[in-house]
Amino acid sequence: MTENPSAAPAGSPRRRRRNLSLERYALPVTWVAVIVVFSILKPDVFPTGDNASAILSTNAVLVVLTIGLLAPLTVGDLDISAAAVVGLSAMLVVLLNTVHHVEVGYAILIALACSCLVGLVNGLFAVVLGIDALIVTLGTGSLALGATAWMSNNSTITGLAQSLVNVVVQNQIFGVSIEFYYSIAICVLVFYLLRYTPMGRRMLIVGQAREVARLSGISVSRIRIGSLLFCSLLAGIAGILYAGTSGSAQPGGGSELLLPAYAAAFLGSTTLTPGRFNAFGSLIAVYFLATGIVGLELLGAQNYVQQIFYGAALLVAVLASTLIRRAATRNG
Amino acid sequence: MVLRASGLKKRYGGTLALDSAGVSVLAGEVHGLLGQNGSGKSTLIKVLAGVVTPDEGELEIAGERLTLPLAVGEAHRRGLRFVHQNLGLITTLTVAENLFIERLSLARRNLYINWSSFFDEAAATLKQYGLDVDPHAPLQELELIDRSLLAIIRAVASNTAGDSGSGARLIVLDEPTVFLPRDDVGRVFAMIRDLVSKGIGVLFVSHRMDEVRNHTDRVTVLRDGRNIATVETDSVDDEQLVSMIVGEKTAGRGRIVDELAPGEEDVPIRITGLSTRTLQNIDLVVRPGEILGITGLAGAGYEEVLYSIFGAGRATAGRLELGATIIQVRDLTPARAMDLGMALIPADRLLHGIAARATVEENETITIVDQYFKFLILRRSGLNEVAARLTSQLGIQPKDHQMQTDQLSGGNQQKVMLGKWLVRRPRVLLLHEPTQGVDVGARADISTFIRQMAQLGTIVICGSAEYEQLADLCSRVAIIGDGRISRVLEGDEITKENILSECLRTSSRPAAAPAAGAEG
Repeated sequence: MTENPSAAPAGSPRRRRRNLSLERYALPVTWVAVIVVFSILKPDVFPTGDNASAILSTNAVLVVLTIGLLAPLTVGDLDISAAAVVGLSAMLVVLLNTVHHVEVGYAILIALACSCLVGLVNGLFAVVLGIDALIVTLGTGSLALGATAWMSNNSTITGLAQSLVNVVVQNQIFGVSIEFYYSIAICVLVFYLLRYTPMGRRMLIVGQAREVARLSGISVSRIRIGSLLFCSLLAGIAGILYAGTSGSAQPGGGSELLLPAYAAAFLGSTTLTPGRFNAFGSLIAVYFLATGIVGLELLGAQNYVQQIFYGAALLVAVLASTLIRRAATRNG
Repeated sequence: MVLRASGLKKRYGGTLALDSAGVSVLAGEVHGLLGQNGSGKSTLIKVLAGVVTPDEGELEIAGERLTLPLAVGEAHRRGLRFVHQNLGLITTLTVAENLFIERLSLARRNLYINWSSFFDEAAATLKQYGLDVDPHAPLQELELIDRSLLAIIRAVASNTAGDSGSGARLIVLDEPTVFLPRDDVGRVFAMIRDLVSKGIGVLFVSHRMDEVRNHTDRVTVLRDGRNIATVETDSVDDEQLVSMIVGEKTAGRGRIVDELAPGEEDVPIRITGLSTRTLQNIDLVVRPGEILGITGLAGAGYEEVLYSIFGAGRATAGRLELGATIIQVRDLTPARAMDLGMALIPADRLLHGIAARATVEENETITIVDQYFKFLILRRSGLNEVAARLTSQLGIQPKDHQMQTDQLSGGNQQKVMLGKWLVRRPRVLLLHEPTQGVDVGARADISTFIRQMAQLGTIVICGSAEYEQLADLCSRVAIIGDGRISRVLEGDEITKENILSECLRTSSRPAAAPAAGAEG
């Protein structure tokens, strides 16, 4: 072992704190700056209640999906089937309700059960059989996507019961659709789980050093399976919000959310508690990205700006978190 | 004088890593560089290599004053060569490719490589330095010791073709012996003596007092980034050296142990018929208050006893008895072993011991975190109190338990790992190489803790290849060879020499592969 010069006692912790607090609030500050800039550029359409309400409401699905991804990310697995599960769950709810006349409540339960089934299969292959989660979820994601197209006969299904639409979008609190508040509630729940339960601590150690976790008596397999299951469950919930928002479902729906969700999760990990995936950081990241895109579109950008913006955000986020980690390790 | 560095200053943020440090090495001498983790040794060496730019300081090589920072490759051109702890060899390449790797990476000037002369030349170079290995062999087939020697030969022999540079004048060896089996270390020193006799200077960085004492002409001690002294090795005794390295005597910290020891219960641990891949039918009984050492030659598999009774290795048979509990070793898991009051301090700290990127507090409290989950909320203040107490009681520096663990020095990380298990007040403490890669000061602290834990009624089993440490700590030492306990030393029989000779007696075969960590 060679020494790390900065590990010497005096001064270094204070310095590290200072650096971190800069990093910690960089994203929220940038978000505010973006809002200010667009408000100046488009004073009549951007800083309006309607616009704010629209941004907050329409991204609730993305928030729930992103928050779901945090669980496998924290324990060190990648789940890329989650976006397809959103589509699967949405399609199941709409299909069961409209074509098979199942009551909305039961339709929701069945959709969530199927979502969990995908998570369970992910866990079985990735953890029990030890195949890389990325590959497993690539497969199950494609299966879910195919199943969605198959059962809908590859066409958009409409006519979801108004009762679900009401409890997702029609009802509003302070002018914002109720689905926004659901997503905030889920965000708070995951924040609590990660930060204020022993489970959150264990997930952290599992994600950072699996063997250390195993030798600390932590049941690594159970935690990894649980995380994949939880992610699929939240993706299923996101799917129900997705169906409720539009009252319909289309084959391939939800898969456009994969990149934004990962971009937001990684971007979120550079803020509040830099270097760790965290719920409120992800929430801020989702709305930062959404604000930027809406602003650019109001300025006349074409809709491919979304892909460019999300792709760039993902790269910047991964770069930033790598730099944070390197700086923490090298300099302290 | 081959090298004279003086007045080196380097500041990282608020920390002075080097505060007017320096070192001078004569031609044909072995010069030791000693200091605790965090004393500035690594930074000093990085300055010499041109990797770190000092804020101030002077550097002379072979009497010639150089401007700092050194240009890329300047140190090499002037005849400085470096062998780092990890050796920098590539296991998938052959011996010859590793030996002449610089030539291969600079092959732009000749597109064609004459492989037969390449290997002939490699064979000649190896022969010149007396290393008997096949240049065609892949590196991964080499014993650890041969790899170390190869790295040294490469450093000495490398002289990029067509360069105007000089041959090697000074070799810097940064803890070259840490990962070597004890029995093989002598060959490294034989090679060092050979180099020195050719007028090359050697700067030797090590934590091991005995090596420094036996193989250096002079030593320079660094502490807190400053030169404490440069002395002839023979003119000081071990005590004096240690106090130069450690500085102020660390205050006694006896209290922690009272607090962390288990409740008094005179229940021995009884292991019968333990068999693993390498072990057959091991029987052991250890009483509270006892420190049992288990050791053997590298590859003897003594560490499998520790990992398998903690439920972290693959036992094929065996029974464990602790108080009223009788359990098949096969059925043990780490969680069950912990329920029985066992704790395992593994040798590989980064792979098995602590999560490097978690905070000190998160590491120290991970095994007791459930106790602080009340009314559905994790009592973070309680966890912080535990961590703060451990930090002060174990003397962990710096005293900030919210720091990321890999920012601490090796010795302090080791204390964090100890703390993580001591908070559980284990009845049975299993230790595997508890002071590996740890500086002198922390080593003494850790030995003291182990001894005090035993005095307060803990069952301690310590697997180690450091015979001196075993002789110092243990009340009995079991020697394992050929899969069995070949001998148990007790009382006055326990000396470093006896342990070594008993280990050697266990097997006529040469030492096999290096000791592995946990399996599975």
